[in-house]
Amino acid sequence: MNPDTLRARFRLAHPGFELDVDLNLPGRGVTALFGPSGSGKTTLLRLIAGLSRTPEGYFAMKGELWQDGAKFMPPHKRPLGYVFQEASLFPHLSARGNLEYGMKRSAERLSALELEHVIDLLGIGKLLDRKPHQLSGGERQRVAIARALAVKPRILLMDEPLAALDLKRKHEILPYLERLHDELEIPVLYVSHAPDEVARLADHIVVLESGRVVAQGPLIDTLARVDLPIRLGEDAGVVLDAVVVERDADWHLTRVAFAGGAFWTRDGGHGVGQHVRVRVLARDVSLALHPSQDSSILNVLPATVEALAEGEHPALAHVRLRVGQSPLLARLTRRSADALGLAPGKPVYAQVKAVALVG
Amino acid sequence: MSEADWLALLTTLKLSAVTTVALLILGTPIAWWLSRTRNCFAVAVEAVVALPLVLPPTVLGFYMLVALGPNGPIGGTLIALGWHHLAFTFTGLVIASILYSLPFMVQPLKDAFAAVGERMNEAAATLRAGPWDRFFSIVVPLSRRGFFTAITLTFAHTVGEFGVVLMVGGNIPGETRVLSIAIYDHAEAMDYASAHVLAGGLLAASFMLLFMVYLLNRRYHVVHV
Repeated sequence: MNPDTLRARFRLAHPGFELDVDLNLPGRGVTALFGPSGSGKTTLLRLIAGLSRTPEGYFAMKGELWQDGAKFMPPHKRPLGYVFQEASLFPHLSARGNLEYGMKRSAERLSALELEHVIDLLGIGKLLDRKPHQLSGGERQRVAIARALAVKPRILLMDEPLAALDLKRKHEILPYLERLHDELEIPVLYVSHAPDEVARLADHIVVLESGRVVAQGPLIDTLARVDLPIRLGEDAGVVLDAVVVERDADWHLTRVAFAGGAFWTRDGGHGVGQHVRVRVLARDVSLALHPSQDSSILNVLPATVEALAEGEHPALAHVRLRVGQSPLLARLTRRSADALGLAPGKPVYAQVKAVALVG
Repeated sequence: MSEADWLALLTTLKLSAVTTVALLILGTPIAWWLSRTRNCFAVAVEAVVALPLVLPPTVLGFYMLVALGPNGPIGGTLIALGWHHLAFTFTGLVIASILYSLPFMVQPLKDAFAAVGERMNEAAATLRAGPWDRFFSIVVPLSRRGFFTAITLTFAHTVGEFGVVLMVGGNIPGETRVLSIAIYDHAEAMDYASAHVLAGGLLAASFMLLFMVYLLNRRYHVVHV
């Protein structure tokens, strides 16, 4: 048992559904359990929490055994925090009562200062005396996250905490989740089927499909794999760590530099020197053999072809490029790839039409 | 009201109170189990619990009389152990009443527990609450309407029983003579004035009780989020 990682091994067979995973997850940062609905990601999270049970299960949290063939620690004994898809607040208790419910029962005492910090982190100070039915969907979910943190968990499990919310509420909560990402010391397992959430929040990713792990690793490397875009389809793309280096007030543009190059993108209000994440979708990258002089595209970067793979449609190809030390994915028609004579090692110019700042 | 009628009222209230308390203790775990179990056995148990709703009370009373009497499996065993059999006793009446009113306790509780939902229970489990703790801190408060309905209906239904009492209890003043029997006696003796007092009182009290149940059920609408 490695004292720094989480070891999860579960096998479960239901009629029509099978789960078979063997994972070594990092003991820090946000790990996204990503996959389409029915891929088993929520089932896996529930197994880890002990809410569901299978005889063939093993979980060790940083060297502490939670379950194996012989031992099963019930969910209320596991030092975890759990956020459900629906807030699932206790309707007969106020927001404060909901926070205190777990605090009273937890062996790990949260100090008054730490509690204040959790309340601040999720911006729920003014909501504490309200009953759940007096809160909006987004507010309820923030209270639910605070409630899960108030038991001082050693790991936070989140099951699509934004899935039940509309777009507006989602954007209301995402900044709070980003703050959690920056401030939490404990590992977070975050179940999601939304690539934009994963791009914003995750450090690591586990891609599940039909109950099996099809890819896992650090987010940036894993998203840049050419064999994955087929599964991600329209959402295929890379995420890069970048820093704001210049702002152009006249044109409302921001220049962000990453390892190997820089992009101009719409100004998002970030100050110079601020660290940001940028997401470049494969469908927004086209390739040329020569830098074009009279194009509307601002971002043209010299790159080298690393690998090619078939796309989700027989007409499409995915190309992995290297720009300095950073990967980039491009999606083009196979006909274009053939016309340009693309092959590993070939130098090209990547024309990037859109770059999104994701937190 | 005659002294005998007061005694009948007292016996009725005592029987109803004891039955309700006993059923609360017995019916709660049955309702909890039924609300969470989906197998053939649970369906059979549910059907057995509901039997008193459709059987003539005399059928239930007859079997209870046989079972609790000196030659029955329960009464006979008690005699063999040196005790008394239970036919025509208050204890026998309580046992019969428990069976007779079982559905009135179990069904509202079962529905209330099912409405609380497994998710609340799971949320409490991830907040360090063990099974008993979860039941008393989450399930019971969220089922308070169900408890109120179950307790009131059980009490009222026990007050109103006649056939079972007649079969198992007989008519012993201070022991098994309850209001419904007293009314029957008055009517048999053509003493309609006394019968009116008791029957009218029972009618008014029962209406008030049910009125309260439905009023509170309407007012306390538990919002689930």
